[in-house]
Order: sequence, then structure tokens, then C-alpha cells
Amino acid sequence: MSLTSLGPINSSARSEEQHPLTWRLREDGAPVWLDEYRAKNGYQAAETALKQAPDDLVNQVKEAGLKGRGGAGFPTGVKWSLMPKDESLDIRYLLCNADEMEPNTWKDRLLMEQLPHLLVEGMLISARALKAYRGYIFLRGEYVDAARHLNRAIVEAREAGLLGKNILGSGFDFELIVHTGAGRYICGEETALISSLEGRRANPRSKPPFPAAVGVWGKPTCVNNVETLCNVPSIIGNGIPWYQGLAREGSEDHGTKLMGFSGKVKNPGVWELPLGIPARELFEDYAGGMRDGYTLKAWQPGGAGTGFLLPEHLDAQMFSGGIGKVGTRMGTGLALAVDDSVSMVSLLRNMEEFFSRESCGWCTPCRDGLPWSVKILRALERGEGNPGDIETLLQLVSGLGPGKTFCAHAPGAVEPLGSAIKYFRDEFEAGVSKESGTEDVATLQMDIGA
Amino acid sequence: MSNNALIMTDRFELSGALRAAIEEEMHHYEDPRSASIEALKMVQKEHGWVPDGAIYAVAGVLGIPASDVEGVATFYSQIFRQPVGRHIILVCDSMTCFIGGHESLIDRLGEHLGIGIGQTTSDDRFTLLPVCCLGNCDKAPAVMIDDDTFSSVTPDSLLQLLEQYP
Ligand SMILES: Cc1cc2nc3c(=O)[nH]c(=O)nc-3n(C[C@H](O)[C@H](O)[C@H](O)COP(=O)(O)O)c2cc1C
Ligand code: SF4
Repeated sequence: MSLTSLGPINSSARSEEQHPLTWRLREDGAPVWLDEYRAKNGYQAAETALKQAPDDLVNQVKEAGLKGRGGAGFPTGVKWSLMPKDESLDIRYLLCNADEMEPNTWKDRLLMEQLPHLLVEGMLISARALKAYRGYIFLRGEYVDAARHLNRAIVEAREAGLLGKNILGSGFDFELIVHTGAGRYICGEETALISSLEGRRANPRSKPPFPAAVGVWGKPTCVNNVETLCNVPSIIGNGIPWYQGLAREGSEDHGTKLMGFSGKVKNPGVWELPLGIPARELFEDYAGGMRDGYTLKAWQPGGAGTGFLLPEHLDAQMFSGGIGKVGTRMGTGLALAVDDSVSMVSLLRNMEEFFSRESCGWCTPCRDGLPWSVKILRALERGEGNPGDIETLLQLVSGLGPGKTFCAHAPGAVEPLGSAIKYFRDEFEAGVSKESGTEDVATLQMDIGA
Repeated sequence: MSNNALIMTDRFELSGALRAAIEEEMHHYEDPRSASIEALKMVQKEHGWVPDGAIYAVAGVLGIPASDVEGVATFYSQIFRQPVGRHIILVCDSMTCFIGGHESLIDRLGEHLGIGIGQTTSDDRFTLLPVCCLGNCDKAPAVMIDDDTFSSVTPDSLLQLLEQYP
């Protein structure tokens, strides 16, 4: 059986200069093991990095302008420089967030299944920069092929002296361990990930203290996404001017990004593209536009937690500020096409069922508010909604918004809901029963507690 | 799950090999507690699910309270605290697979196997569960049966796939 991640990217034209993340991919989708990875310049950046001072590495990543690829887009070099300067705090951890469960996200899987050594090299260089002596790859349990390939790559790297003690004679020691999870979307939230790695329920933790100060087992910790870490070798290997030349004109973010389109498009897939590419180019030239018989009704730029946009917004550039300008976030950069056969009410019902099920239950607005939204959306879907339901949904959208809950799960859950009501309010209104008015909001609230 | 509080109703002996594997796992972390999820997964791999007695046994090896192990066991969706079928069918129910028609897969499984989400067939062959996005969105809908992921599944192809899992 071929790997799940085999897709159009394997056969598309790629070059070392323009596709630093994916140029080494094989057409047959088989994993690139150590010999082949080294023959394709693998671990050369690590050799360079091991001769440099950790702070120099941090500064290069900062100056290059790499931003986190896990969805929040926080500048990676800035995050790295938050690690304590105090050298006596010599036990530090680098955690790779490989929990990829965001609905409509299929990029980290590709990197881990087909290019496991790129992540190992990225983590080795990053660990050197952070002075971390140990790294964990927090991998979702369902990615069994990725687990196998990463473990084999780690064994290969250890045998070649690229992990372990005194790596390549540099005096630097680094151990890398794959930790697999057992489900629950919330494990991807970085402080919940730390709780889970410690063997606890995956409830998020208060920030501050930030993980850089108090992370896993109370030690300084840095959490980065798979794709973020995979950007590091080429930045160190090829330099800042090259990296900053990758993105399209007008983009404030640098480098390339794995971007995709799914839904009823002609050619669904993921590709490595320059940041700043117009969404229309991604949709039309790469994904081939809609399949015959379907028209584009709405799209979401990067995962369940980002807002819906209209076809007219396809001219937005794919980078954080470009998507920000049209009112939402780029998120993971893997877009979803919603076609005209899909009811927005049903789609949102499906999405809020997901967010509601995956709430960790720690804070009340999220734990109680999300099931409430599901209940209303189910009623609207059946055409049995009550007058005032849409206002209640909008109250939930603001009541669960940024800053109102303990973590970003609930704000992510209501962002698509708010935008769907904004652009498709008539569909929601059509779900309000003509003869209703008997059940008021108070009884609804009581039903949820039952 | 049983309505009783955690009472050790069943005796559960960890095999020597399992105990050794859990102890080995503990060395990967600064704190043995970190091995709790992996330990439960190992028990499950051998036993199919995690009975009450295994909670105490794992707690004993890790040196942490059984209530903490139970807290972990009940939090994570891929740890089963009640018996399940020989094979687990995970249907991705994320929005991309929703658009791809995952509900028709669940409906067809219901007709064919007589089970809904969260249920096990009377012959203990299959348990049907939902799963978060399987990261296979360009080939939706996606289904995972045991350790195998399948792409672009249709109601008909899904029934054929089941044949591989006796
Ligand atoms: C509910 C929730 C789920 C998340 N899931 C993931 C995930 O699966 N993978 C990931 O890299 N980041 C995820 N994040 C973002 C992380 O909290 C964090 O921002 C990220 O790992 C930081 O890495 P980066 O700076 O390299 O992007 C999630 C955030 C939230 C609120
Ligand atoms: S917002 Fe939701 S997921 Fe986040 S801590 Fe609160 S209950 Fe948990």
C-alpha cells in the first residue's frame, strides 16, 4: 500500500532553490532515508550549525523572519529568544508539535512520512540553538507510518553520529524521542501538549508562565510545529538573503509554506508555494478550480479554526497580513472549498459537533457554550429553530471569543460560526420554524444541562 | 463503562514482558508518570481494552495513584475502558470528510453491521468510532481500520474493505 501522503506534490516540478521543504521528495512517495538524504545535501546545514554559537543560530532564524507554521504564526526566533539566558538552567527541552488534528490539515504528515530526516535535522539545529539536550516529537497516535519512519530515521541518525553524544565531534549532545498520543485534538495546544507529555489529562495551562520559563517537568521548553522546524535547515544552510527572496512581492512573511486546497476541486492536494501567492492562483492553477457541476460558495484559508471567506476574497495573498486584511487568519494555509451543494447550517453543525466533543472541559464558557451552539444548529438544520436563535449564536460567538476562555480552542470554534452567519445569514434564518416561539432560550439552557 | 466506582473487581496480572516494556518506557522521561499513556496503550494492544484491574497494575508500576491513571484513561479517546470489537473502525468526521460524504459511510455501516457510532457488533468483530481529521483531506472521506488508513472511501468500497478484517 502506498503512503497516505503520496499526492500531486510528488510529481510536480520542484527545485532546491525554490522548494527547500519538498525538493527531496521522491516521485514514488517512498521515504527518503539517510543515504539518499545525505546525497541530497542532507545534514550539511547541521554541520554548519554545530560550528556556530547557539545565539548566532537564534539570531539568524529571527532575522530570516520565520514564523510558526502551527497555525498561530508567532515569530520563531522571538520565541526562541525567550528561553532563559541563565546558563545554570541547563536542562531544556525542544518539543515538536506533531499532533496535526486540525480539520483540513494534511501537511506535517507528508513531511514526517516522506522526509523524516528533514525533521530530525531541523530539530538537531534548533536544539543546538536552544541548548536543549533532549527533544520529543509529540506525534498523534493515528500516524502509525510517520511513527515508524521517524523511529527508523532516528536510529539511522544515531548510528551515523548525528544524534547522541558529541555529535559530529562538536561536543553537543542531543537525544530525540518519539512520543505518540492517544487521541484528543486539544493535545495540539502547546500547553495541553506539555500536560499530555507529562502523562496527565491534556488540559491547557495558564500563560504566563510561558513554556520558555516553566515547561515540561518545570524546565525551560520550546514547542514548535513540524513544518516550522523543517524550515530551519535551509535558513542556516542557504542564508537569510536567499530565504527572504522566496516569498512573493507584497508578502510581509518570508519563505515558502505548504499550502493546499481540498473539497470538490478538480485537483485536491498540497504544494510548497511562496508565501504571498494569491489564493486564486492556489485555487485555480494548482487545485484546478471546482469540479464540473460544482461552484465555489465559500472557502476557508487554513483549518477549522479560521473564518469563512467568499469567492471574491480569492484575490487575497496567502500570508498572515494578506488574509488578515479580508478578516480572518491564514491558520495552517490548507484551504477548503465549500461548494454550492453544501448547507452552511449543516456544515457548521458538523464543525461545532467536533469542537464541542474536543473541548477539554476545563473552563465553563467552552464546556457549556459549544454544546449549546450544537443544540441550536441541529434545530436550525431541522427547520425547528426558535426566534432569537441567531442572536444567541452571535452571543456565543462573542462570549467565547479571544480572551474569554482559558485557551484558544473556543475562539477557534466560534470564528467560523461568526463568519458563516455574517455571509450566509439567510441560510440560518431559513432554519427558524415559522410556527415556533414556544421554547425560549431559558428552557434551551436547561436542556443542555440535562 | 461500569457505573461502579473503581473497585478492583477483576484481577489483572501484567505479564513479565509487559511490565518490562513499561519500565523501559519510563526511562524515556524525567518522570515515570509520562509513561502512563503508553503503558495503557500497551495493555490495550495485548488485551483489547483496559479493565479496572489494569489501572491498578499500571499505577503500581509507575508509582502513581490509580485515580490519576484512571483520569488519563478516561480522557483520551483512543484508550478504551470497556470491551471493544476485534477491529476498530474510525471514521473521520471532520468538515472536509463531511463535505466528502462521511455521513453516508456511517449510515451504510449502520445498515450493514447494525451499529451506530460508539457501538460494537454483536459478534464482537467491529467497533465504530469517530476520529479527528486523519490528515488525508485531499482524498476525503478517510477511514482508518485498525492501523490502516483508507482514502476516497465510498459506502460500497467500505463494505469491501471490511472483508479484510475477519
Ligand atoms: C486547540 C488547538 C489545537 C492546536 N493544534 C496544533 C497542532 O496540532 N499542531 C501544531 O503545530 N499546533 C497546534 N496548535 C498551535 C499550538 O498551540 C502552538 O501555537 C504551536 O505548536 C506553536 O508552534 P509554531 O510556533 O512552530 O507554529 C493548536 C492550538 C490550539 C489552540
Ligand atoms: S477553551 Fe475549551 S479547550 Fe480551552 S481550556 Fe477552556 S474548556 Fe479547555
